[in-house]
Amino acid sequence: MLEAIGITDTDALFEEIPSHLRISGLDGIPQGMTEMEISRLMHQRAAQNNQAVCFLGAGAYEHHIPAAVWQLTTRGEFYTAYTPYQAEASQGTLQLTYEYQSMMTALTDMDVSNASLYDGASALAEAILMAVRGNRKSKSRKILIPRTVHPAYRKTADTIVSGQNIELVEVDYDRASGTVQLDAIEKAAGDDITAVVIQQPSFFGTLEDVDTITDWAHQNNALVISVTNPLSIAVLKPPGQWGDSGADIACGDGQPLGAPLSCGGPYYGFLCCTKALVRQMPGRIVGRTTDVDGKEGFVLTLQAREQHIRRSKATSNICTNQGLVITASTIHMAILGPRGLEHTAAACHANTRELVAQLSGIEGVSTAFSAPVFHESVLLLDRPADEVLDALAEQDILGGYDLAADYPELGHAMLVCATELRTEEEIVAYRTALQAILAVETRHQEIA
Amino acid sequence: MLIHEHSQPGRRGAPQAPVDKADLSDIPRHLLRQDRAGLPEVSELQAVRHYTRLSKKNFSIDTHFYPLGSCTMKYNPRACNTLAMLPGFLSRHPLTPDKYSQGFLVCMYELQSMLCEAMGMAAFSLAPMAGAQGEFSGIKMISAYHKANNDDARKEILVPDAAHGTNPATATMCGYTVREIPTLDNGDVDLDALRQATGPQTAGLMLTNPSTLGVFERHIESIAAIVHEAGGLLYYDGANLNAILGKIRPGDMGFDVIHTNLHKTFSTPHGGGGPGSGAVGVAERLKPFLPLPMVAENNGRYHCVAEQDAPHSIGYLSAFMGNAGVLLRAYIYMRMLGKAGMERVAEFATLNANYMMAVAKRRGFQLAIPERRASHEFIITLKKEASELHVTAMDFAKRLLDLGYHAPTTYFPLLVPECLLIEPTESEAKEALDGFMDALEQIREEAKTDPEMVTTAPHTLPVKRLDEVSAARNLDLAWKA
Repeated sequence: MLEAIGITDTDALFEEIPSHLRISGLDGIPQGMTEMEISRLMHQRAAQNNQAVCFLGAGAYEHHIPAAVWQLTTRGEFYTAYTPYQAEASQGTLQLTYEYQSMMTALTDMDVSNASLYDGASALAEAILMAVRGNRKSKSRKILIPRTVHPAYRKTADTIVSGQNIELVEVDYDRASGTVQLDAIEKAAGDDITAVVIQQPSFFGTLEDVDTITDWAHQNNALVISVTNPLSIAVLKPPGQWGDSGADIACGDGQPLGAPLSCGGPYYGFLCCTKALVRQMPGRIVGRTTDVDGKEGFVLTLQAREQHIRRSKATSNICTNQGLVITASTIHMAILGPRGLEHTAAACHANTRELVAQLSGIEGVSTAFSAPVFHESVLLLDRPADEVLDALAEQDILGGYDLAADYPELGHAMLVCATELRTEEEIVAYRTALQAILAVETRHQEIA
Repeated sequence: MLIHEHSQPGRRGAPQAPVDKADLSDIPRHLLRQDRAGLPEVSELQAVRHYTRLSKKNFSIDTHFYPLGSCTMKYNPRACNTLAMLPGFLSRHPLTPDKYSQGFLVCMYELQSMLCEAMGMAAFSLAPMAGAQGEFSGIKMISAYHKANNDDARKEILVPDAAHGTNPATATMCGYTVREIPTLDNGDVDLDALRQATGPQTAGLMLTNPSTLGVFERHIESIAAIVHEAGGLLYYDGANLNAILGKIRPGDMGFDVIHTNLHKTFSTPHGGGGPGSGAVGVAERLKPFLPLPMVAENNGRYHCVAEQDAPHSIGYLSAFMGNAGVLLRAYIYMRMLGKAGMERVAEFATLNANYMMAVAKRRGFQLAIPERRASHEFIITLKKEASELHVTAMDFAKRLLDLGYHAPTTYFPLLVPECLLIEPTESEAKEALDGFMDALEQIREEAKTDPEMVTTAPHTLPVKRLDEVSAARNLDLAWKA
């Protein structure tokens, strides 16, 4: 090969690089490992992570995933293909993506879906940018975003949209119900508001009055952006049916539909919208068409919105989707079917109810809010949640998420969740452990 | 046939979990769904068969030579997937306290360190979930840096006209206007034009090196000096890092901030379009601005850097830890390669590209920049074939599919007419490279003797050429019952 190129050693391949800038080697990189050695190391490392029973939710949920899902997803034909630029050689990925879009529109009851974004939080950011482009009646670039929206989503949205003169206006929540303060929203009536964000179920697990807020927003010429757990809308009213005319943009994290917790990713963000907004959508979109013989086939479409054509005028700089994760998700939804998803969602809810009933029966524990909840709930404790959660973790129980940093006004509060995977024994074990922790320390306090 | 068309009302697989719990009676009726979501109802076997069959309609690295320029379609070792999917990683909740996550965090910390070493940067954050998000973070950090210095007049980002479309799109997302810098015929940036365009309004320059034209930017030091002297910063788009890994480091070239596409250089799967990972590295002066989360070490224990300890950070880009599973795969890949393996990557990637370029030249294909060394990729222009034989780059691409090769990137970079951007990667054996060049030659012969064979290709795939115009005009984006 060197001879064909006309050189005698590979060093000549790099002769155009200024020689004084070249390095002699990567001295700080450790020596390579054989597959056997790396396998041993990674097994050790995996075992170092705590294998505790998980009552943590807060945006990522441990669900059962049928064995077929990831076996099929990691087939080389899905795993090692790229963005379907050559449509004829990518009909597998393209058709699957079209099926994904079909499933997401059915689940959300929206008109269209894109082929996915990075995760739920960044999808919310893109939804906000899309609303700003799409709401021609509004000039303010002002977005109402309740504090019941996931704190990490609000932070991410702030990072991503802040360079574009967009104002994110926080709306407080009602301390008793744990839902958006409707009168705080109504105070903005008559103002120029570009969009209102509603998370359902809220970060607290509480159920918002989505119909009222949606109708209010539309009466005030604001678009409605919904953030939902896609599993929950198998049983909860989907965004497309909120109020008289439905949400305008529906987004959220697809993780509960077939993606393992996996330390935080890869998950995917779904993004759906009404027909009117389709040309404002960022990201890949697949359409159904025909070939020269009239045979059905699938292609990437509406590419004129995208960065490789529009460059600095594109709807977004995004040029990938979470292809592999939506592959898993599509197969997951196909295997579970609508009733399987309903069943899982209802089982999560029933388990969380059971958990909340058990825990709130302990002295020193109470529920924080009066609004109905789905699948997740806030509990108040008689001492700092981090102390309690640490003590639970010592007993291999991840008891929940400490709300002190994001919601200091709640006092000692934690967010708990029990998916369909939690057994009655595990829930009872949690109660027993918590009861013991709280009792012991109470006695100390009494002695003191 | 769509999965929806296999559906029968009421059909379902065996339940995945016990079915005795389903009580929603505590939720007010107006908050519940009244209809059933229109999802397919099929048996598990039907689903498995359907998706297995669909998978077979894909070209992939595991099944075909995939020389898609600028995408670095190298082999994805299976061990990386298997080990990243060990239960101890898969079942870890992202909010698990650091204390119970040492096995994961040490991998992330070492990945940050190895990237610093290989790129010559002072610090790395693994937060960005794709190259485009890496670019976004990079430009956002440049913006934060100028802001911290009360330098508010810098409104422009310079981008060479050969750049990927994400570069200008990113600059716009960060609130900058874009000024394009022309490229010379020899592939280098036009230095005079750069000098004229640079000034107190310049926030920074985004550069891919080697460029998308498949050549190394020889005047990188002059470019760095021009931009730095004007007070701007230098952004490195890591799209083509595979060409220089272990040979020269972006940090040593003078770049202040870079993103790396871990799904290219460090072999995480492309997955039909993602997930990617766009880890960002910075020089010392940009360290305070890196996005979160990051992993730090203290006496052999690892923790995520707290928000209050990074007050100048540009913030979070995702709800949790970016594409953590992708990061694990990149980590495993780097540990398997190690020092010696990593130093060989660019050597073999560049050898393969230059070999193919030499063969192409000998067989009379016109090269975009014939007098230069190729990087890890090179460009053939089919301008002559298009005008004389009326067979376009698109036709060559489609016919290659018939012959069992994924097509190279076509019509990019935009500067070269009728181009094929060919990137073989280091994974391929000589036989694959020769086979591909034979196929190209065969197509050129067919273009002379049987042009219709080429212009109506592909003939052997599940579908023939698809009507993209009608797809965009008569939008059909979801199945309706």
